[in-house]
Amino acid sequence: MANETNPLLSIQGISASVEEKQILHNVNLDVAPGEVHVLMGPNGAGKSTMGHVAMGEPTYTVDSGKIIFDGQDITDLTPDKRSRAGLFLSFQAPVEVPGVPLTSFLRAITTGREGLDMKRKEFRKRIRSLADELDMDRAYLDRELGVGFSGGEKKKVEMLQLLLLQPKLAILDETDSGLDVDALSVVSHGMKLYQETCNGTLLIITHNTRILEHLSVDRVHVMVKGRIVAEGDASMIADIDQNGFEQFEQAAANAE
Amino acid sequence: MSEKKRTQVDDIDRSMYDFHYDESDQEHLEAGLTPEIVREISEKKDEPEWMLEHRLKSLEIYNKFPEPDWGPSIEGLDMDNIVTYVKPPTEQQASWDDVPDDIKNTFDRLGIPEAEKSYLAGVGAQYDSELVYHSMQDSAAQMGIVYSGIEEALHDEKYEGLIHDHFMKLITPSDHKFAALHGAVWSGGSFVYVPKGTKLDYPLQSYFRLNAKGAGQFEHTLIIVEDDASLHFIEGCSAPKYNVANLHAGAVELFVGKNAHLRYSTIENWSKNMYNLNTKRATVQEGGDIEWISGSFGSHVGYLYPMSILNGRKARASFNGITFAGAGQNLDTGCKVVLNAPETSASVETKSISKDGGVSTFRSSIVATPKAEDSAASVSCQSLMLDDRSRSDTIPAMDIRCKNIDVGHEATIGRIGNDKVFYLMSRGMSEEEARTMIVNGFADPVSKELPLEYAVEMNNLIKLEMEGAIG
Repeated sequence: MANETNPLLSIQGISASVEEKQILHNVNLDVAPGEVHVLMGPNGAGKSTMGHVAMGEPTYTVDSGKIIFDGQDITDLTPDKRSRAGLFLSFQAPVEVPGVPLTSFLRAITTGREGLDMKRKEFRKRIRSLADELDMDRAYLDRELGVGFSGGEKKKVEMLQLLLLQPKLAILDETDSGLDVDALSVVSHGMKLYQETCNGTLLIITHNTRILEHLSVDRVHVMVKGRIVAEGDASMIADIDQNGFEQFEQAAANAE
Repeated sequence: MSEKKRTQVDDIDRSMYDFHYDESDQEHLEAGLTPEIVREISEKKDEPEWMLEHRLKSLEIYNKFPEPDWGPSIEGLDMDNIVTYVKPPTEQQASWDDVPDDIKNTFDRLGIPEAEKSYLAGVGAQYDSELVYHSMQDSAAQMGIVYSGIEEALHDEKYEGLIHDHFMKLITPSDHKFAALHGAVWSGGSFVYVPKGTKLDYPLQSYFRLNAKGAGQFEHTLIIVEDDASLHFIEGCSAPKYNVANLHAGAVELFVGKNAHLRYSTIENWSKNMYNLNTKRATVQEGGDIEWISGSFGSHVGYLYPMSILNGRKARASFNGITFAGAGQNLDTGCKVVLNAPETSASVETKSISKDGGVSTFRSSIVATPKAEDSAASVSCQSLMLDDRSRSDTIPAMDIRCKNIDVGHEATIGRIGNDKVFYLMSRGMSEEEARTMIVNGFADPVSKELPLEYAVEMNNLIKLEMEGAIG
């Protein structure tokens, strides 16, 4: 059961829209420190939007509600300030930035950051060991960010940043989608490491239950058409696995 | 990051380059252009008769040429107000200690003596119309390499013939109006001669500084790289900003021998009252190659199209350039290549960035003559516009007159993707840092071709341009 008196992330009555089209409807979601939550739902339910709104993507307008993170109202903060507060979003489709070597990018996001500022040598050592840990060819560290990376490599780079930045809470947006078995096990390993070494808190967005097999899930939230329509413990996963999301669609229709 | 479309990006503080010293003790000629002024320049320089004749003939041609009827407007340039000759108060020196303090301080602030110590094989420094410093390491001199002021070489009987045979043979006064102007009033510049089979591992650099208000700079760079020889030459330029027009109409002539290699790198950072009407041209013999690296950041108006003429089988040319046009700038840049022998190849890759109402035009010309069978040319141009007020155009021309040739062209014009900015910000970077990183990455194919110190300078210029760009 979530620690309701003191959640790390508290999404309170969030409604959000893009270009006047409402996507999220009064979403409430609390995640306590150290917990693993799963946000599930069919394609197009608004799960990724929820993740991006939490991170402050300016494409979306928050129409009502607020987001409290670690005791601070972050609803109006820019994404960089949310990141510095300890929030992390792993992207479903990480971008490519031509001409910027991965190492330079990683160096830039750790420099001047409290607790992460390392000497160059220490930094090199750290990212090499993380690359090894994530079964990533070290050659990728010198390549341009995301350019020509396979889907699996891109997701590994997301996990590498997660482990490097050591956020208080990580939202993993469909990190498992489109991965082969090997890449999937690396991502699972990264998530475990994050939990163990950073005392991590996870909000996992997925429509696939496979990535959850080796995790101890505390709470499941089901989103359909921009609404949270069901919540429960880990036992819901097996149910969804068997029966899909159809069972929740009626609830969503009723709520409209 | 409140608005997705940015309507304006402010201009930068250029104070690092924008300082000048008093020039009242310098010798000026009258503004404007007459045969008397041309004779006076030639007389001061004590030139051979053929050079005076060349100057006077060039002036005649200049007077007959109409203004260019294409490209950015040069209406603000009134030749009657341009001082064509400003002599610094010193002779050319071989030691910085002998250079007057004001001038030495200028080059100190630009980091030239420091660079000379750490990684250059030789340095030439021009201040207004004349070279004030020229020096090369003994090791390079022992290899038989000549690097001197071109006027100095003209007065040396060992080289006068060589200069006579090459000077303005590649860029002739009848090429265009400003080539003719250059022929009439040229002053200063460097002469480089690399003998057959000689390879110089460290670059030579000439730096051109225009300090005098309302003046023109017309330096001539002549480089001869003999067969099987190799050279990297770097050219830098800057000027303080004045509220009147300054003019730069230099000429660069490069002769690349058989299987020889020449890399010519430029970081141009003229102030934003400068009309940069510079002409650069290279001819390449069999198996040789010319590599142009070009960064254009300054000037109010620029016309700049380094040209490569591939005259021997398997000769190669590559051009890697970046142009950054901000407020009040109209930079028309690109390159020309003439494929004039079999199995030649040309590769052109350019980047242009425009912001705050700046106009950046990429103009290229690829000509393949009937002799250019089995040759190849590729042209790629990418433009990035940082706001809605800026403009980017691409004008590629190809004139192919032979069979069996492989030519390709691609151009993209885009903006900084909001998804990229959001991604970088989600990792803790400010919006300004995120945009600067994306622009630096965009410029990387050019900056990585530069020696480290210049790549750093270029990144700093970009950073300066991006500062305060978020509003």
